[in-house]
Amino acid sequence: MKSSRKLMQGNEACAEGALKAGVKFFAGYPITPSTEIAETLAEKLPRAGGVFIQMEDEIASMAAVIGASLTGVKSMTATSGPGFSLKQENIGFAVMTEIPCVVVNVQRLGPSTGGPTLPAQGDVMQARWGTHGEHAMIALCPASVEEAYYLTIMAFNYSERFRTPVVLLLDETIGHLRESVDLKKYEDTRIINRPVPWEAPGQYLPYKAEGDEPPPMASLGEGYRFHVTGLVHDESGFPVAGNHAAIDRLLTRLSNKIIKRQEEITLYKEFMTENAQYLVIAYGATARSAYGAVELARKEGYRVGLLHMQTLWPFPEKLVRQKTLGKKTVLVPEMNLGQYAREIKKTVADQTQVVTLSQVDGRIFHPSRIVAFLRGEAKYAQVL
Amino acid sequence: MPKSFNVNKYLRKDKMPHIWCPGCGNGMVMSAFLRAVDGLRLDPDRVVVVSGIGCSSRISGYMDFNTLHTTHGRPLAFATGIKLANPSLEVVVITGDGDATAIGGNHFLHSCRRNINITMVIINNNIYGMTGGQYSPLTPKGESASTAPYGNIEPEMDICAVAEAAGATYVARGITYQPVVMEDLILQGIENNGFSLVEVISQCPIYYGRMNKKGDAIDMLKWQKENTVSQKAASNMPPAAVKGKIITGILSTQYRPEFVEEYESIKKVAQGVKYDERRAEM
Repeated sequence: MKSSRKLMQGNEACAEGALKAGVKFFAGYPITPSTEIAETLAEKLPRAGGVFIQMEDEIASMAAVIGASLTGVKSMTATSGPGFSLKQENIGFAVMTEIPCVVVNVQRLGPSTGGPTLPAQGDVMQARWGTHGEHAMIALCPASVEEAYYLTIMAFNYSERFRTPVVLLLDETIGHLRESVDLKKYEDTRIINRPVPWEAPGQYLPYKAEGDEPPPMASLGEGYRFHVTGLVHDESGFPVAGNHAAIDRLLTRLSNKIIKRQEEITLYKEFMTENAQYLVIAYGATARSAYGAVELARKEGYRVGLLHMQTLWPFPEKLVRQKTLGKKTVLVPEMNLGQYAREIKKTVADQTQVVTLSQVDGRIFHPSRIVAFLRGEAKYAQVL
Repeated sequence: MPKSFNVNKYLRKDKMPHIWCPGCGNGMVMSAFLRAVDGLRLDPDRVVVVSGIGCSSRISGYMDFNTLHTTHGRPLAFATGIKLANPSLEVVVITGDGDATAIGGNHFLHSCRRNINITMVIINNNIYGMTGGQYSPLTPKGESASTAPYGNIEPEMDICAVAEAAGATYVARGITYQPVVMEDLILQGIENNGFSLVEVISQCPIYYGRMNKKGDAIDMLKWQKENTVSQKAASNMPPAAVKGKIITGILSTQYRPEFVEEYESIKKVAQGVKYDERRAEM
């Protein structure tokens, strides 16, 4: 029997995951280290009856993705730091108008042009707060090629389920990593499609929601003739600058539809957490190092475990509180200066100590740094 | 103009009154556009109007089509996604001079170059009106604006010449003084299978007009009459008589393949060639 294992790159797996989820439209712009996602889809999307377009810039590709999604097709773009910065305004438009789409950011070292092929995790907060105004975001972060595939499917599922842009936060290491993967086990992964209206066109209110659920979404050209605007709007979709109650309802619902469903959105893994005194919380490429470190440290007799976060946003407050309860120290290794560690600290300050192990030198995080901390030999560890 | 035309059937009357100032030309363009849609018997369910940000871009909210009020400068990029994802839709972008030629200049060039089947109407009132009268790339040199209190030192852009050079296959310029001609120019733009640009010179008596002592809306329309000449008339006039006049009418047409059709043909190529075979050839 022919093996279903394949050698695949993280960026390729992301493109394959998108195809599995049913992506029909990709607009992008060349940028390292995400270009392979565009290249793979340029080849495969037209074969799958979809559309690939290389737009004139990053801003345009984000806009085109939103436009395409409005016609009812699953849409996606991929970029890296500088492009992610440029896309932020239109990401906010997709948040405000509740248009599903997936935005892949294969992180490089920043700020600015930074290190295009250097690994970093400096865009964790940008994924959360990159666009202006009060809003919630969903961001997923794979730590392996296989996860890049699976989490891309989940990114589409969440974007369709919640009618919102979802950020898939790879880092350079995962984007360019090649691993042998068997994707067969994901064949039956559930694919979610956006809720569609059941009302006749005359009765449809495009932003009428049940509680804080996302409202059903009609596609352009189906007879609903609705209006979409980035201005604050009421249930009808039309601007309501003077109606403060309607503005409050809209902004509160846009956040609540995501924040209140954090348990539905939170994906994570646990490793050797039984009887652990120390808990490492890690994500992305750093989680890979943490797996190795925990294994090494256990051999040396340290009672340490790993909470590997696959969902970064919405911040899984309940899970993090529960998993850190009774731990002596929570260690947060990151390829930034403690962006996620501070978020953890905010949540668990009353019950445990949080230590950040940070690194911004453009190298991947070495497992020995975690072990060194446990041995009491760590440099650059900081108690938050 | 057929007598039976009833503008109301295309308007979202409950969204009136509109936000535009007295004497503004935006309503005249909207009316001409609706007459063109009516003349072409387009199904409103299949028409998508995309606008950007600014006074004129509020036009999308008043018309009963599929309407999208986007981000500043980006309506063409949104429209490109819509048209590519569903080519059966009739996609029209209506926006202002600042949105289209300053912040949106890049998308404008590349939409012309691709020759994607979208019709773009730029309402050129020579000013940023929504923000209170700042100069745009289409504010003539020497004129005043709130951000050019000593006179604008930037030369204006001939957006129709730019469109033609960039590859738009239908380029026309109308004026609000001639609504019937404007309607016909928009209608022919929609009929063209490719990227069509219709620049409409309009009047902003409240900001541009007041700051530059152009009089009221009627004076500004009279100025249009006196300072423009149709392409047809100009071709029979001595060059000296045409000099300094703004030429109106259909300024250029050219044949080039349409972008969505090109993509549809490349899709077939992609579907006929096996992945491994192509790899082997490389």
